[in-house]
Amino acid sequence: MLKFLLEKEFKQFMRNPVMPRMVLIMPLVMMIVFPLATNREVHDITISIVDNDKSQYSMELVNKITSSGYFILSDYSSNYNNALKSIEKGNTYIILEIEKDFEKNIIKEGSANVIISANAVDIFKGSVGASYLSNIIYDYSLELQEKLAFINTAPAINIIPFNEFNQTLNYKNFMIPAIMVMLVTMITCFLPTLNIVSEKEKGTMEQINVTPVNKFIFILSKLIPYLIMGIIVFTICIIIAKFLYHLDAKGGILSLYIFTLVYVFVSSGLGLIISNYSYSMQQAMCVIFFFVMTLFFMSNLFTPVAYMPEWGQAIAAFNPLKYYGHAVRSIYLKGAVFSDMYRELIILGIFAVVLNILAVISYKKNE
Amino acid sequence: MVKVENISKAFKNVQALNNVSFHAEKGELFGIIGPDGAGKTTLFRIMTTLTIPDEGAVFINNRSIFNDYMKIRKNIGYMPGKFALYQDLTVEENLNFFASVFNTTIEENYHLVKGIYSHIAPFKNRKAGKLSGGMKQKLALSCALIHKPEVLFLDEPTTGVDPVSRKEFWDMLYDLKKMGITIIVSTPYMDEASRCDRIALIKNGAFIDVDSPANIINNFDNILIALKADNMRKLLKDVRKCRQIKSAFAFGAEIHAVIDSDNFIEEISSQLKSLDHKNIEIYRIPPAIEDCYIWSR
Repeated sequence: MLKFLLEKEFKQFMRNPVMPRMVLIMPLVMMIVFPLATNREVHDITISIVDNDKSQYSMELVNKITSSGYFILSDYSSNYNNALKSIEKGNTYIILEIEKDFEKNIIKEGSANVIISANAVDIFKGSVGASYLSNIIYDYSLELQEKLAFINTAPAINIIPFNEFNQTLNYKNFMIPAIMVMLVTMITCFLPTLNIVSEKEKGTMEQINVTPVNKFIFILSKLIPYLIMGIIVFTICIIIAKFLYHLDAKGGILSLYIFTLVYVFVSSGLGLIISNYSYSMQQAMCVIFFFVMTLFFMSNLFTPVAYMPEWGQAIAAFNPLKYYGHAVRSIYLKGAVFSDMYRELIILGIFAVVLNILAVISYKKNE
Repeated sequence: MVKVENISKAFKNVQALNNVSFHAEKGELFGIIGPDGAGKTTLFRIMTTLTIPDEGAVFINNRSIFNDYMKIRKNIGYMPGKFALYQDLTVEENLNFFASVFNTTIEENYHLVKGIYSHIAPFKNRKAGKLSGGMKQKLALSCALIHKPEVLFLDEPTTGVDPVSRKEFWDMLYDLKKMGITIIVSTPYMDEASRCDRIALIKNGAFIDVDSPANIINNFDNILIALKADNMRKLLKDVRKCRQIKSAFAFGAEIHAVIDSDNFIEEISSQLKSLDHKNIEIYRIPPAIEDCYIWSR
């Protein structure tokens, strides 16, 4: 029986003018275009300098800043207010004001003040720009220390940052596992849901219901094709990650597949529940959209759950995507294997069982 | 073969079915006749195990819809009012699919569908969604028959089908009846009632009569007349004012009215003439099913 149903599903799927192409194009576009397009490296920050000193040292500092490659000098302003106008006009992003007796103070007192003002409308660019700028100033101050041989002053603390697990702070490496997780969710949760609801809407579900086809078998015939497609798409992603981005799963391919195999049951269980309460495609799309937004944003795919307020973390604790996303990212970047992540695996397993039981209950209720 | 006992079903604030009972014998062509919204589809959904009634019981060949619904599903064919086959599969694939989910093959029961399927066989590689309305009906009937059901449930099979295809369709049902298949069919078209062995007239969720079409007509105990004149609209108004006429309704090009005695015809005629009606025609007519439906209790 299942064989005939599956045969029919695949026939319909392959005959659809859009679906087979979509399942191939979606991972390709998401994996090739998005990581290249979404870049979080900040450079070419326009800077306006208010040099009240115009001394040799202040010139040197300005030279260092403009030659760093991160900043583009937009203008020299005569005073801070003019510089602020330049920010308002959008010509500049960050202001550096050098105090009047900059050089004198350095030589006499061993310290001098500068003011950094950043436009924080884009929080990320503003804060990163300001920290780049302070690093350059810090570097310059170390140079001055050597040059002026302030040996007596307290030794400056040297910070040598080392980014464990993603050494170049490559944003692509951070995003690729997230994209894979999103793709698997879409294919194994949303596609079977829409398929089942469309049978409801067209009335073919009713025609099946008067045949001896067991409900369980019918649902299985809807899930299996998309589980297979989910795994295929996941494999395509692994291949693209390896050959295009040279990103290997440090924890091994096997761990990835084990987590994915458990997760597809979680996400398809969720899809079944949605389909049980949906009576039209329009309604199903609406509910699915709500779940996409919630699942994606309340997980650590974009922002780490640890940064969320407590109530946000409480919500995220009930998001299976958080555990799956965390596992895939850890396997890719940290080299975790599934025995390191047994806690996540157990939680995903519980999600799978609970969601599928709920799906069966809600299915019976709506009969 | 099909025994429906005191079925009632309500949806929120609508009583869809109210204490409905009937009994169809093996090989009988049983019609359920009533307008849209009378409760026909709800009754069909209950008989085909898709909906559970609030009260009452249904037995299909002595199997209860509550306990033996799986066995019932193996032995009935259901053709819903809305075309519900896979539009993206071809004619042949649809038939093949429905044969295989019943664990049978087209070859095994081809003799049953041959008369119907031969009409659409030339288009067997066409997608079901691309068929004309009449051909869709034939395909749906073939798919409902391919597993050799004991009972065939057809919910408004002729709605939206042209008159020639409708006649063809009823001829096919006669052929199936000859093979011993029990057929329960619903229709909103009163003129199709006479094609059934027995009919049930359904109004607002309740059966008003269950009998053979001939008996229902014989039991019509009023005198029915037809009236015609040049100005039909004015005629209906005036006829309704006549004391001798109990009630009157527009029926196509005529007005049908019920009176107590043949003697009234002359009186009505002269009364209408005095009201300036031209070309008045009044004559007694035998009742049709539709008249029985309208003047039923």
